Amino acid sequence: MRATLAVLALSTALGFGFASEADAATIYPLDRATILVRSPFDLKVEFAGVVKAEDVKVTLNGEPAEVVLGKGFTFVEREPGVDASAVMLRAASLAKPGHYTVEARAGDDVKTVTWDVYATPAQPKAKNVIFFLGDGLSVAHRTAARLMSKGMTEGKANGRLNIDGISPVAFVGTSATDAVATDSANTMSAYMTGHKTAVNALGVYADRTKDSLDDPKVETIAEALRRTGGKAIGIVTTAEIEDATPAAVVSHTRRRSDKADIALMMFDVKPEVVLGGGSAYFLPKSVPGSKRKDDIDLIDRYRESGYALATTAAELETARGTNSGRILGLFHTGNMDVALDRLQLKKGTVSKFPDQPGLVKMTEVALEQLAKDPDGFFLMVEGASIDKMSHPMDWERAMYDTIEFDQAVGAGLAFAAKHPDTLIVVTGDHTHGVSVIGTIDDNKPGTEMREKVGVYADAGFPNYEDKNGDGYPDNVDVSRRLAIFSSNFPDYYETFRPKMNGPFEPAVQNEKKEYVANEAYKDVPGAVKREGNLPRSADTAVHAVDDVVLQATGPGADGFHGYMEESDIYRVLVDAMAIAPAN
Amino acid sequence: MLGLLGALPLLALARPARAAAATPLGFGDLYGAVSVLGLSFSDKVKALAGQPVTMRGFMAPPLKAEADFFVLTEIPMSICPFCSSDADWPDNIVVVYLDRAQTFEQANRMIEVTGRLEVGSWTDPHTGFVSLLRLVGARFERA
Repeated sequence: MRATLAVLALSTALGFGFASEADAATIYPLDRATILVRSPFDLKVEFAGVVKAEDVKVTLNGEPAEVVLGKGFTFVEREPGVDASAVMLRAASLAKPGHYTVEARAGDDVKTVTWDVYATPAQPKAKNVIFFLGDGLSVAHRTAARLMSKGMTEGKANGRLNIDGISPVAFVGTSATDAVATDSANTMSAYMTGHKTAVNALGVYADRTKDSLDDPKVETIAEALRRTGGKAIGIVTTAEIEDATPAAVVSHTRRRSDKADIALMMFDVKPEVVLGGGSAYFLPKSVPGSKRKDDIDLIDRYRESGYALATTAAELETARGTNSGRILGLFHTGNMDVALDRLQLKKGTVSKFPDQPGLVKMTEVALEQLAKDPDGFFLMVEGASIDKMSHPMDWERAMYDTIEFDQAVGAGLAFAAKHPDTLIVVTGDHTHGVSVIGTIDDNKPGTEMREKVGVYADAGFPNYEDKNGDGYPDNVDVSRRLAIFSSNFPDYYETFRPKMNGPFEPAVQNEKKEYVANEAYKDVPGAVKREGNLPRSADTAVHAVDDVVLQATGPGADGFHGYMEESDIYRVLVDAMAIAPAN
Repeated sequence: MLGLLGALPLLALARPARAAAATPLGFGDLYGAVSVLGLSFSDKVKALAGQPVTMRGFMAPPLKAEADFFVLTEIPMSICPFCSSDADWPDNIVVVYLDRAQTFEQANRMIEVTGRLEVGSWTDPHTGFVSLLRLVGARFERA
């Protein structure tokens, strides 16, 4: 999720992923792009130097691009902040599926790329698609959630998670166009547009100009559904609704932090169900708590558009009975609190927002509402804080939210049991460098916490209990708990214990902009300072480059197989719904 | 934050002379009603508008080490919203405008700021930073 400014600056300066080609033009969409037939995209060519307008020739399979696309390019002799020329053709689209060779030429500067334009089958397999996205969901999250929720006896799990019943069908490669490493913007954008892009970018290719809102756009799945038919759209998350993952369903920006703009882009699409946090970007700047820099009142705009509004779990109950067909539920000014704080510890910001619904309730309400659409629906459900709590290495909070995510998947499976024309996908957007390595047993001798870490046969089994049967351990702070560690970290104090006073904040910044261990944890009994293995600019643990495991069930699930690029997943989704058959 | 809370009552005795006329204001005192549709300032904040107050908190890393403008937070910031594209400020920040530039204090150390309380939305003309509560003409020292 996190990306440093250095990454952003580098990718902006280069404008593309391959520095060795810095002396040649760049064509967007990039080489080997796969493009849905008739979907609009911006075609941009960035030349390496200043060229003359009359020297510029762009062809598609040898034909002038202007003829094939039915419109002309805009020529810019010198792009802002760049001593070089470019041409742009907004909202191009290709009506004929097939292999396209694109050549851009201006004098000696010649660049060739290929695109594959594809159509979908004529007949849909699935009426509804539910896309469950566990942010940062890695194999260790699944294992730890199962052990904490179900327990284990003599090496066999005492129960199964909901996700355990869904077959893994693909390994997904998550890398960005500018780096092997990746963030939640470019990864979800690949799932939701079919195009890979650069770290921090959503619904655009990352061009070389500084402006974050002028980059060449590609179509999002929500826009494609609006353009091609009448399916309802739902977005559910425990994060701010403008955060990268939900934003990727609808928005276009080079910079995921353009949250005020993203909120407006989401309103332009008007998904029928919008549930999450992040109301601060809906409030005009005059209202205390607002994070807008203008006077736009998005709450009012949604209301005027017929949305039932809910700001608490109780209000969501009322809103679910609405016959308007549209629900806006915002339950926090920022990110919603995590399951461990909401359900058990009452830490974080639960005292300020005591009646937040959980992901399961939000998923159930969304499904109930969206199912009223006779054309079917696309619903994206994000378990956001699996990632948000894995960054600071707050493993107990991350795992409780994995359990919650799994229960939301359970709600999806229950819906699909009654509506078998529903495709369910469960996946992560990227992974974390996290592993379960054994247990930590307070009753092992000594005072040094590392000597209480049980490995191999000494690990035994953890002693979490779930007597009330809610799927969560009744008490997170048990005497023999899972030992979970990150492969990468900033300087921090390892306490070997759950953080009972609120989410872990491992490092804070000093005057040199370096992250140093947060001394608030220095005096926790047994705490030891760990020297980081990340650059001192890293505030928390980072994403891993490891593949993501994708699971799917229902009609269309047979489209997933083997190793797939994240951008390939989009095609399986639109194929299942058959939104763009060849003419 | 764990070790720091316990120290608060003792520190209250050591307030500098300059702050004698200033009223202590805590982060918990800032807002009355908190809701998704907006926060509302507490009666205490409304009553103290335009008055000298002192607040204790942590200095978020400023844009420059020598700055006359910084963000005061209730707990040390583990993220830098100025630096990281997805980081965001907490709801209850206070922006401090110093009467003269002072050097950055370690984010791990609590500071005490004294200044005149300004209440209401205001956009900094130099940075575009929008703030709701400010301490202006302020000075700070280690708490």
